[in-house]
Amino acid sequence: MKYIDEFRDGERARALGEAIVNAVHPDREYRLMEFCGGHTHAVFRYGVPDLLPDNVELIHGPGCPVCILPIGRLDMAIRLASDNPEVILTSYGDMLRVPGSGGQSLLKAKAAGADIRMVYSVSDALELARANPDRHVVFFGIGFETTTPPTALGIAQAASEGLENFSVFCNHVLTPAAMNAILSVPEDAEPVAVDGFIGPAHVSVVIGSDAYRFCANQHHKPVVIAGFEPLDVLQSILMLIEQLNEGRSDIENQYTRAVTPAGNPHAQAIMQQVFERRPAFEWRGLGEIPESALAIRDAYRRFDAEHRFAMNYLQASGTKSCDCPQVLRGATKPTDCKLFATSCTPDNPLGSCMVSDEGACAAYYTYGRFREEAVQRRRAQRQQRRVANQR
Amino acid sequence: MNADIGRRQSGKLDLKNGRVDMTHGAGGRAMADLVDNLFRPAFNNPMLARADDQASFPVEKGRLVMTTDSFVISPLFFPGGNIGSLAVHGTVNDLAMGGAEPLYLTAGFILEEGFPLSDLQKIVDSMAAAAREAGVWIVTGDTKVVERGKGDGVFINTAGVGRVPADLDLSGNRARPGDKVIVSGTIGDHGVAIMSQRKGLRFATALESDSAALNTLVAAMVSAAPEALRLMRDPTRGGVAATLNEVAHQSGVGIRLDETALPLREEVLGACELLGLDPLNVANEGKLLAVVAADRADAVLTTMQQHPLGRDAAIIGEIVEDGMRLVRMTTAIGGERVIDWLHGEQLPRIC
Repeated sequence: MKYIDEFRDGERARALGEAIVNAVHPDREYRLMEFCGGHTHAVFRYGVPDLLPDNVELIHGPGCPVCILPIGRLDMAIRLASDNPEVILTSYGDMLRVPGSGGQSLLKAKAAGADIRMVYSVSDALELARANPDRHVVFFGIGFETTTPPTALGIAQAASEGLENFSVFCNHVLTPAAMNAILSVPEDAEPVAVDGFIGPAHVSVVIGSDAYRFCANQHHKPVVIAGFEPLDVLQSILMLIEQLNEGRSDIENQYTRAVTPAGNPHAQAIMQQVFERRPAFEWRGLGEIPESALAIRDAYRRFDAEHRFAMNYLQASGTKSCDCPQVLRGATKPTDCKLFATSCTPDNPLGSCMVSDEGACAAYYTYGRFREEAVQRRRAQRQQRRVANQR
Repeated sequence: MNADIGRRQSGKLDLKNGRVDMTHGAGGRAMADLVDNLFRPAFNNPMLARADDQASFPVEKGRLVMTTDSFVISPLFFPGGNIGSLAVHGTVNDLAMGGAEPLYLTAGFILEEGFPLSDLQKIVDSMAAAAREAGVWIVTGDTKVVERGKGDGVFINTAGVGRVPADLDLSGNRARPGDKVIVSGTIGDHGVAIMSQRKGLRFATALESDSAALNTLVAAMVSAAPEALRLMRDPTRGGVAATLNEVAHQSGVGIRLDETALPLREEVLGACELLGLDPLNVANEGKLLAVVAADRADAVLTTMQQHPLGRDAAIIGEIVEDGMRLVRMTTAIGGERVIDWLHGEQLPRIC
């Protein structure tokens, strides 16, 4: 298929793999975080790690919208749908199976009688509102800067139509704030060793490559924005390794076919028009991060479900011994979690990272459950050889 | 024969504008009208015409095989077929996967009050056509009506009986390391064709469902190399991924696929890219997977490619030794991934 096959070409992939093998310094490790769940998914779906030398490690970042939503916010949505018979709660499919408090989920609330419907876009939710004037349709807005402009457009559209039986439960979050939080290690947390970032693809189409300047300027970490195809990922890994070898920390753009330095001004304008920054927002795994999420501006307040239904934040804690928080910070590998593939599986997820295709745990489980063991074995053998050589 | 004994006077059944109502399932005259004027003429055959409570047929040489399947598809009509043709193809294929020649089907209908009789007629006609094409008789049936809101238009159950030659024994536990895995054509066509018609998802595509009866293709394969065939499966719900995982578990082996060998239509690949689906998880209704001894795999493949339903057949992988019984795939870029069963639900009810 045109524009797809070119970016999955086996020969080019092998050539890039060889270039990476030739570029790495054998005496150091390269710890690269792919921020985006889309990259995590691509990495596993195409078996990218098989083409990489052992000392290049991919760390899976928190860029999976359903994974980072704190349980308390999900509990709020479940309660909203369960307590208000007039409400039709609409949500992207991914969110339905995420476990909330007390073993609840949107899917279980739906089975118990709440009117919860899966939609593919905010325009489906608007359509439902138009078709059901005697009901109130709430759109469960989640996601990074990729899903945010459509939600903003949906709200602006509802305002211009005077569609008063529509509102949004807004949980949209901001990528740069989370990257900054990962790099700004709080005093009481374990430091996360990330040498560089494979930067988001679709998010960067919206916000532009300039939005990551702080990574280079303040934290001296290189970022290479990469497309979601396997050759994109391999090329960006090579670019990061070259930067690290040369001691550079620049913001580079591998995904030039879609990303510009300034991003998409129309998308940014509509977000600016409808949303404002929350003072702080809790992220699962990363804790409270200042100015990291969006709320609906006062001018559009009547479309804000939190205001309309006086929704209060519900404090909640996750499953005991679930390592999702550490996995989301890149501090722990999914396979290190005691629950991984034992009591927590994609069929019965205990933590959010096991739900979405973009979650690190689900990706490990689905695409590479046992590969990690082999890599660990190879690493251990290499370490042994090193020790033997030193003797 | 007594073909007309059970037929009562009708005149009330309005097949053009009428709708199913509760009386059509109540066992009275209205139900008899429906059976006699809609089902019986469409499925017409001597066994059904006897109008007994059971169909009676001779027991033939070889082994008999039996299967059943229920169809609760939405939408009921889709490009390339409808729930009626699907209900015949599905059960015929389940019989054929055992190497059987399908003989007789049953048809059970659960109708929702209010369902247009004209739509029911279309569904029944396409069932009859599919049965004729596959060379099977629908020999007995049942009709029930549920109140409005308690069904989804029409649910159909079909059961089937077929005959397997005495010396043929195909089973999911017969795959051995070294055997080749063959798929009879492009994968994911049915699932994508159905999704393209879904409310809220509707997208334009020229793609049609691959829904088809595979018994003649199977017959050709059986006559070409009966000794080399280990097993056949039709990768319906859960797609190729689920079917191959079942085989790996039943046979206690691993399976290695080659991504570049998978036959895929551009429309299917495009839709899957757009919707974030994996074609390996998408349903098929007119494709089969066969595990074949390596030395005859090319011969079986050639036979398949000469059949209209096997033109795009391809060897997509092989059986390997693997204590963990995993299905793995060498990806297009030369990496490896595990092909797992689908978790949760990909999209609601596609077969």
